[in-house]
Amino acid sequence: MGQKITIEPVTRVEGHGKVTIHLDNEGNIEQTRLHIVEFRGFERFVQGRPYWEMPVLVQRLCGICPVSHHLAAAKALDVIVGAGNGDDLTPTGEKMRRLMHYGQMFQSHTLHFFHLASPDLLFGIDADPVKRNVINIAAVNRDLAIQAVMMRKYGQEVIQATAGKKIHGTGAIPGGINKHLSEEERDSLLDGDDYMNIDKMIEWSLAAIEFFKDYHKKNKEIIDGFIEFPSSFLSLVRKDGALDLYHGVLRAVDDQGKKILHDVDYQEYDKYIDEEVRSWSYMKFPYLKEFGKKAGWYTVGPLARMNTIDFIDTPLAQKEFEEFRAYNDGKPSLRPMHSHWARLIEIIHSAEKIKMLLNDPDLMEGELVKKGTKQYEGVGLIEAPRGTLFHHYKIDDNDQIVMANLIVSTTNNNQPMNEAVNQVATRVMTGQTEITEGMMNAVEVAIRAYDPCLSCATHALGQMPLEISLYDANDRLINRRVKE
Amino acid sequence: MSQFVRFTIDGTECMAAKGQYIVEAAKENGVYIPTLCNFPGVKPKGGCRICTIRVNGRLMTACTTPVAEDMSIENEVKDIRELRKSIVELLMVEGNHFCPACEKSGQCELQALAYRFQIMAPRFPYQFPVRKIDASHPKIMKDQNRCIQCKRCIRAIKDEKGRNIFAYRKRSSSVEVVVDVKLGKQLTDELAQKAMDVCPVGSILVKEKGFVIPIGERKYDNMPIGSDIENMQVSKI
Repeated sequence: MGQKITIEPVTRVEGHGKVTIHLDNEGNIEQTRLHIVEFRGFERFVQGRPYWEMPVLVQRLCGICPVSHHLAAAKALDVIVGAGNGDDLTPTGEKMRRLMHYGQMFQSHTLHFFHLASPDLLFGIDADPVKRNVINIAAVNRDLAIQAVMMRKYGQEVIQATAGKKIHGTGAIPGGINKHLSEEERDSLLDGDDYMNIDKMIEWSLAAIEFFKDYHKKNKEIIDGFIEFPSSFLSLVRKDGALDLYHGVLRAVDDQGKKILHDVDYQEYDKYIDEEVRSWSYMKFPYLKEFGKKAGWYTVGPLARMNTIDFIDTPLAQKEFEEFRAYNDGKPSLRPMHSHWARLIEIIHSAEKIKMLLNDPDLMEGELVKKGTKQYEGVGLIEAPRGTLFHHYKIDDNDQIVMANLIVSTTNNNQPMNEAVNQVATRVMTGQTEITEGMMNAVEVAIRAYDPCLSCATHALGQMPLEISLYDANDRLINRRVKE
Repeated sequence: MSQFVRFTIDGTECMAAKGQYIVEAAKENGVYIPTLCNFPGVKPKGGCRICTIRVNGRLMTACTTPVAEDMSIENEVKDIRELRKSIVELLMVEGNHFCPACEKSGQCELQALAYRFQIMAPRFPYQFPVRKIDASHPKIMKDQNRCIQCKRCIRAIKDEKGRNIFAYRKRSSSVEVVVDVKLGKQLTDELAQKAMDVCPVGSILVKEKGFVIPIGERKYDNMPIGSDIENMQVSKI
């Protein structure tokens, strides 16, 4: 008898999604799907609003990385107010935004690694869920838990200093930024008490990657062997090929590292990228037009960035990047669990960049905003923690938005996540008559590697119930298991 | 020379120039009476009723009632406070006030009053009216979703001949404030900014300029509405 297994909602991810796994009569995996079941409608309801509201309005998509939406929208509007394509702002405008973004990257990656992913690594995928959570990390490894909390707090403090608030600030405005960094803010971030200083953050970032590498050595089957499949990778890179999380050109490479999108201007992204709608999910499926809907999908995010760039321009992160590249024989890593490694390299890079910026006098004085001749269309791209984020707006003569297109990082990872779910489900569930908690979590671990923000919305950590339902071939419920 | 009168507010002895409106007289004595439709320098209207007080046992509007000798005024008493709170709550649900993305957030008098009255959740059902944004004027945008029809812009913004640049259109629940089609062309940059500043909410926005005041420096970020008056050093009688 055929079965349908539903994992809903998927836990320890941002947002609400569900997985359905259809088994045939022999218990083989027939089909797996990651469904995104929330509908938001931002692209529609921003129409008619004044364009300068966008950075503040659209960031409400998300409570985890609102800064990414805030900055991507601001970058698109830079084009509209005639302030150039991302790299023509005043030094103060660009550097304050960069500081905000590195603070965001630092806190978001920290949140994902320590709070969401590390329970799987520390306690095991099969561990009792009562123990497999961030609270238990605090119980068994107090120092690690303190680091996690303080690192996230530090990133949030950077955001507050630049955006005015830790969540949903207003710092970036079309053409620049609305404030300087005060001496007091700079000093507290450079040399604050109670761990809250940048040198301590760099030290802890290095300790975090050592923790991961030590785990990797002892658990290669999880990090290297858990999932592996060929994929193309896409990200922004700086014009010289360096990692640049704020601005650059669009590059994509195939699974062998060969460039398939050649450092193009993202203002023309729609020449190269399109989105496919499938009836069973509210999340679209982007693809590279040149390769078609079936073969054109790609991965974004920390792992994609490590696979597309040539180097990192900060020394400590570069050293780790070289080790990462060498481990993968100089080729792209096709193992999604390596995303955790990539994420930790980016935590170091962000901390190094924050230190450089805090010592830059441009943040404390200089022109904040630049404006030029008004345009009617603008595209803003940024490397958000979860990957490349696209914002595209058109306005009319009255300064009202007439078109908005947002391709959110997680949307770009839609197909890769489905591939990962399929691979893990096939391995752990084929031929099984009973679906265990460990099997369920294995599927979630695969999704979690992408750190998806499924609805780009805030959902309380740890308060989401997990429900699995088993259906027979006639869609009759035969068993249900709920974990509160 | 002005003639002074003595009166009490909530039992406290006060003194002010005869003929002064109660809201101003109270202010000079360090007592805050909340207002919305009232604006310094503009003829009072008594439209919003937020400034309702009880004078010698009768409910009056403090912005339109001149102070007089021996008046006994009740201001911070439970039933009046509740009435004012209800007005703010009704205004909040009557329009579409989404503070998170509003340019005036932190400078909005309606929002500031909601904080003062500790309005945490709506008591009345949201009306979600379907209203439009009029963005046709080259200098300003009129967001009807946020307009509370206080008439401040109509009364305060005038051309060189003293004619109103803003006006009411339609009637009853459909009434809306619009820019006069002909006189609106005379709106200078200064008047456009003044119109935005006069508006107690985020209904009038100067175009192409948003969120330029950082969080922390907005009017009510560190100074709740009324606190400037209440913290004023007043020499007691």
